[in-house]
Amino acid sequence: MSTVLLSRGQFALTIAFHFIFPPITIGLGLILVFMQGMRLRTGNPLYTSMAHFWTKIFGLIFAIGVATGIPMEFQFGTNWANYARFVGDIFGSPLAIEGVYAFFLESGFLAILLFGWNKVGPRMHFLATCLVALGAHFSAIWIIVANSWMQTPAGYHLARAVKEIASGQQFPMSAELGNAAFTVKELPLPAGYVVQPSDLGDVRAVVDDFAKAILNPSTLDRLTHTIIACWIIGALVVASVSAFWLLKGRHRDTARISLKIGLGVAAAASLLQLISADITATGVARRQPEKLAAMEGLAATRSEAPMGIVGIVRWQRDSTGRITGLRENVLRVPALLSILVSGDFLDPARGAKTVVRGLDDLPSDSFLRVRHPAATDAELAALRPNYWPSVPWVFQSYHLMISIGVFLVAMTLFGILLWKTGRLWESDKRFVRAYLWLLVFSPALAEIATQAGWFTAEVGRQPWIVYHVLRTHDATSVVVHSGQIARSIVLFCLIYVMLGALFVTLFTRIVQKGPPHDEPDAGLPEKFEPLSLKAGRET
Amino acid sequence: MDLNTIWFILVGVLLTGYAVLDGFDLGTGALILFVKDDTDRRIFLNAIGPVWNGNEVWLVTGGGALFAAFPNVYATVFSGFYDAFMLLLAALIFRAAAIEFRGQYPGARWRAMWDTVFAVASVSGALLIGVAIGNLVWGIPLDPHHEFRGDFFTLLKPYTLLVALTGLALFAMHANLYLLLKTEGALQRRLAGWTKRTIPAYLVLFALMNAATVIARPMVRDALQSRLPLIGAIFIVSVAITFNIVRLVQRARYGLAFISSAGSIVTLMMLFGAAIYPNLVFSWPEPANSLNIVNGASTQPSLKFMFIVAIIGVPIVLAYTASIYYVFRGKVTLTDHSY
Repeated sequence: MSTVLLSRGQFALTIAFHFIFPPITIGLGLILVFMQGMRLRTGNPLYTSMAHFWTKIFGLIFAIGVATGIPMEFQFGTNWANYARFVGDIFGSPLAIEGVYAFFLESGFLAILLFGWNKVGPRMHFLATCLVALGAHFSAIWIIVANSWMQTPAGYHLARAVKEIASGQQFPMSAELGNAAFTVKELPLPAGYVVQPSDLGDVRAVVDDFAKAILNPSTLDRLTHTIIACWIIGALVVASVSAFWLLKGRHRDTARISLKIGLGVAAAASLLQLISADITATGVARRQPEKLAAMEGLAATRSEAPMGIVGIVRWQRDSTGRITGLRENVLRVPALLSILVSGDFLDPARGAKTVVRGLDDLPSDSFLRVRHPAATDAELAALRPNYWPSVPWVFQSYHLMISIGVFLVAMTLFGILLWKTGRLWESDKRFVRAYLWLLVFSPALAEIATQAGWFTAEVGRQPWIVYHVLRTHDATSVVVHSGQIARSIVLFCLIYVMLGALFVTLFTRIVQKGPPHDEPDAGLPEKFEPLSLKAGRET
Repeated sequence: MDLNTIWFILVGVLLTGYAVLDGFDLGTGALILFVKDDTDRRIFLNAIGPVWNGNEVWLVTGGGALFAAFPNVYATVFSGFYDAFMLLLAALIFRAAAIEFRGQYPGARWRAMWDTVFAVASVSGALLIGVAIGNLVWGIPLDPHHEFRGDFFTLLKPYTLLVALTGLALFAMHANLYLLLKTEGALQRRLAGWTKRTIPAYLVLFALMNAATVIARPMVRDALQSRLPLIGAIFIVSVAITFNIVRLVQRARYGLAFISSAGSIVTLMMLFGAAIYPNLVFSWPEPANSLNIVNGASTQPSLKFMFIVAIIGVPIVLAYTASIYYVFRGKVTLTDHSY
């Protein structure tokens, strides 16, 4: 296998495994702030025991998040050295800022949160909780800034480094000048310069304006979308554990309060996510039309573009196996995509007239012409699929995310309904039990949706590592061989299988143990009571 | 001073911060198997318990700063040292897992297993860091595009192994002194006894390494000639601080002894920096291909922006890191929240 595929595989594996954990700590951090705040305000010992319990969970998840996060900081260098050289002037900064402003804050005050119960007062402990939650959110901000720059690069120009000697004469970087003294100059390249593989090492992206690079066109959309996803996951983890306790009839008072908190935050966040999802998708339509077309499996450019609900999109290939187009087999809602892209919900008839570009016209002829000046029109059309992402993957992962997202809205709103009508606590009723079991497994759904969303974003960006600027293919480390990457993939797989298994075991153990200062199992519907508590069995 | 030199120093500060702080975590791992009792081992673990996570952040931030300020160096070093670096990452992950999982079950075999993992991961982590630093002093084969031309075994030379052993001995001594601060009673007396081995071991290796560097590395001799007052001054301070540790431990001034050993790490890193400056990755046998603070760096606007970011951020980090260490000062007491 090629080093590009292996490096992509390793990055996908390590980032996907890592990203199981930070969303939980980001969401849970927010909820811990709430619990600790209530503990300070009300002095209710239930909040104290709740905070103790969730802090323990937070600590475990944070530790695995850090352990699996360290490789991420270095993989741009190990596996993507050409990329690192090309973007380092811009891309390195958010990573460094993340370290200075987020990781130190988070890990430093986590020490107080975890081990400071008896060392600092409750107010200081609350402050530490706030700072940990803040640090978790900061880290999300800076990593999304970095990633969004890959999606919609801004605030930069391309420049070529040259050697200049005292006479003002300039030479390429690879020129051997003997003992002549020289300075390195970076000459700006014209806008729209097409990076060639032979340029790598000498040509790089150079920052013009950090504000524009940081707040690039997609940063805010994607940041909001990701942070809300994290809140949903954190809240559902709280709801899940609480539902489990209710089902088992344990820690009922704690379980009720924390279920309300988890369900409330999850419902509010899921609703917000619908709005954020719409804004994000509209942004993708405007700025990365290939990605949107791949998400919807849209081949033809058209008005009244339909939105897919479920289905299969496959490649259409000619007799030599070359990709020529798409074969779609999808259940679609007519015109809905056009309406969503236009944002014209008040006048759907007008919105439906919006033209959505399909992959048959993407990327545009002029874009391809610059890259292939000698090609005929027919050759250009044949080259076009080389600039498409993997539509079958993007389509499925996008629709998986959407389906789960919509399901989570319905699930959490239904839960709020049960709560407000008081039925949520009737945990002897069969349908309530079914619903609580659904809640128990809901964090897995939310995690799958989040991962699917990231696959959509990252696979949908292909074949580019920096959208329309640098191809993923040209971005790897030239000195690293496929055997080395294969070995490190095996190493990471072994480690992550071990970490995953241990995490699940320990997590369930902590949940089984429950919060400290346990209440008695009173008030349990009789048929679910442990035998030892039933009348006549007292000893 | 130009921005490139400032960033050379700043990246050095971050990596020195890592060596001083995570140094005693790694050293604790190297020492833990020498105590057999579970409570004693727990005291070792909980001595670093609240801080090891934050200490590791210095490495991560150092990596980020290197990426931002010297992207070419970041790319060359980490792709060139690929196998060594993957092993270091694995070691750091295993260490985290060992600390986190050890205390979750009381079984003796379970705990013994994680203690071994902790020790092996810490020792190999310390050695790999030493090998990397040794290679940066010795020089690595770079081509004109600054790409590393070698493999894992290129990195293993007698000299780099000597540096690795010196680093391990330094961390073991550093942890020994840190643990003296964190323990009391019989365990503290045992630890005081260990200093009779850990300190001399480091002193011997320290002397050997310095001699080997000056004798075998012409590049370092050149640096020595052009910057003799600076390097000489740091070296004298370094030797004075390091040998003073012996005296401080004899007088049971453990706090000062630990600070001296931190100073020993700081001066060692300063010597390292002064020896390689203005190079970051010294190319050998073709010095012309070296990556230095100019050809490895980001542009001036980028360095300036990041300088402002660092000058605001780093003092804040130092302030609250110091206060967190202050909160957890004193002897280890084991509670429900301990590892």
